[in-house]
Amino acid sequence: MVRLITHNLLACHVKGCTSNNFPLKLQDVQIALREAEFNEDFLRGFIPRLEWGALVQAAREVGDDSLPAEVPEMLDDEFLKQLHHVLLEIHIDEGSMVCPNCKHVYPISSGIPNMLLAEHEIG
Amino acid sequence: MSRPELQAPPEIYYGDSEAIKYTNNTRIQQIQAEMTYRALELLNLPPDEPAFLLDIGCGSGLSGEILDEEGYLWTGVDIAPSMLEVALEREVEGDLFLQDIGQGFGFRPGSFDGAISPRPSSISVIQWLLNAETSHPTSSPPHRLTRFFTALHSALRNPSRAVLQFYPTSDDQVQLITSIAQKAGFGGGVVVDYPNSNKARKVYLCLFVGGGGAAQVPQGLDGEAAEEAGARAKFEKRRQREVRKERSGKKKAAKGKEWILKKKDLYRRRGKEDVPRDSKYTGRKRKTVF
Ligand SMILES: [Zn+2]
Repeated sequence: MVRLITHNLLACHVKGCTSNNFPLKLQDVQIALREAEFNEDFLRGFIPRLEWGALVQAAREVGDDSLPAEVPEMLDDEFLKQLHHVLLEIHIDEGSMVCPNCKHVYPISSGIPNMLLAEHEIG
Repeated sequence: MSRPELQAPPEIYYGDSEAIKYTNNTRIQQIQAEMTYRALELLNLPPDEPAFLLDIGCGSGLSGEILDEEGYLWTGVDIAPSMLEVALEREVEGDLFLQDIGQGFGFRPGSFDGAISPRPSSISVIQWLLNAETSHPTSSPPHRLTRFFTALHSALRNPSRAVLQFYPTSDDQVQLITSIAQKAGFGGGVVVDYPNSNKARKVYLCLFVGGGGAAQVPQGLDGEAAEEAGARAKFEKRRQREVRKERSGKKKAAKGKEWILKKKDLYRRRGKEDVPRDSKYTGRKRKTVF
């Protein structure tokens, strides 16, 4: 399963692909929703690690436009619940992640993204 | 006795039936559990803070289930698709990636609060890096180790640690591995538990990013024959502490019924309560949106 929390941490690692290699574009995705345990401390601690714009974009690519364009100054309960849902409860089952720079396609099949590179793509 | 990792790389060694057999083996489950608790101990994470961990060579999720139980969020990478499929079926909480760590990986800087690889020798990731070879010059073990340690160092937060179990066959090998890790920026060193016992001896590469939150490499466990029983007793104690913490509400809020049922099932599968293990994993229904 790929959740958006992990997608938000993932850049392309093809040889020489070092700029504009994030976020990987989500294409032709099928998603599943699975309830996850709400952990407010975790979310508050994790927000600084997120690339917010990339998260908002990825959420839209999987059909969720509930997140605000900027992180709100007041992290109220409603916002944190929404963030929890987007980060941890949306699972990408099928589809692909495409590098915006080199266009490498990382296919996702049965919930598992294939991150293997061909010999000439290894850095 | 030839070790499985010397016969074939793990993605070949673990076919579908091997992966299921491996995962359902009670002895393997117990060994993986012990190694995972020890790796977590060596990670030395700040207490009572949630953490996001990387499980390297996560396999079928035996260690991941313990991370779930302990309340950590995690991502796992593995080279063996059949093992990852078993992990999916067992509904571990972490995200799973098919990845050859010898190629490096693309996790952004500072993504993880720590990394573990508590593995028996058959699927030790360092051994995987050392043994995999093709004719291509960039596939040599030093190249693979360099890519792995560089990517790992970057993916970890500062300060943090990575604890990787390994099975070195010579001092030269230890030297090669630690020198490449150092070049990638890691501090730390090798921790040996029960150095005087052939059976219980365990070696961990305990790598620090930015000091790893401590000045010194942790001490290995010592003692002679009591090792395994002793270690287990220790984990049991820790487990009891965790239970007490949970009961007193310090660790986690009350859990939903579904969650508790799932955990019960988990204990049953691991043979904790004398309930016969069920070889079929019942899949929770998922709501498909598109
Ligand atoms: Zn790329």
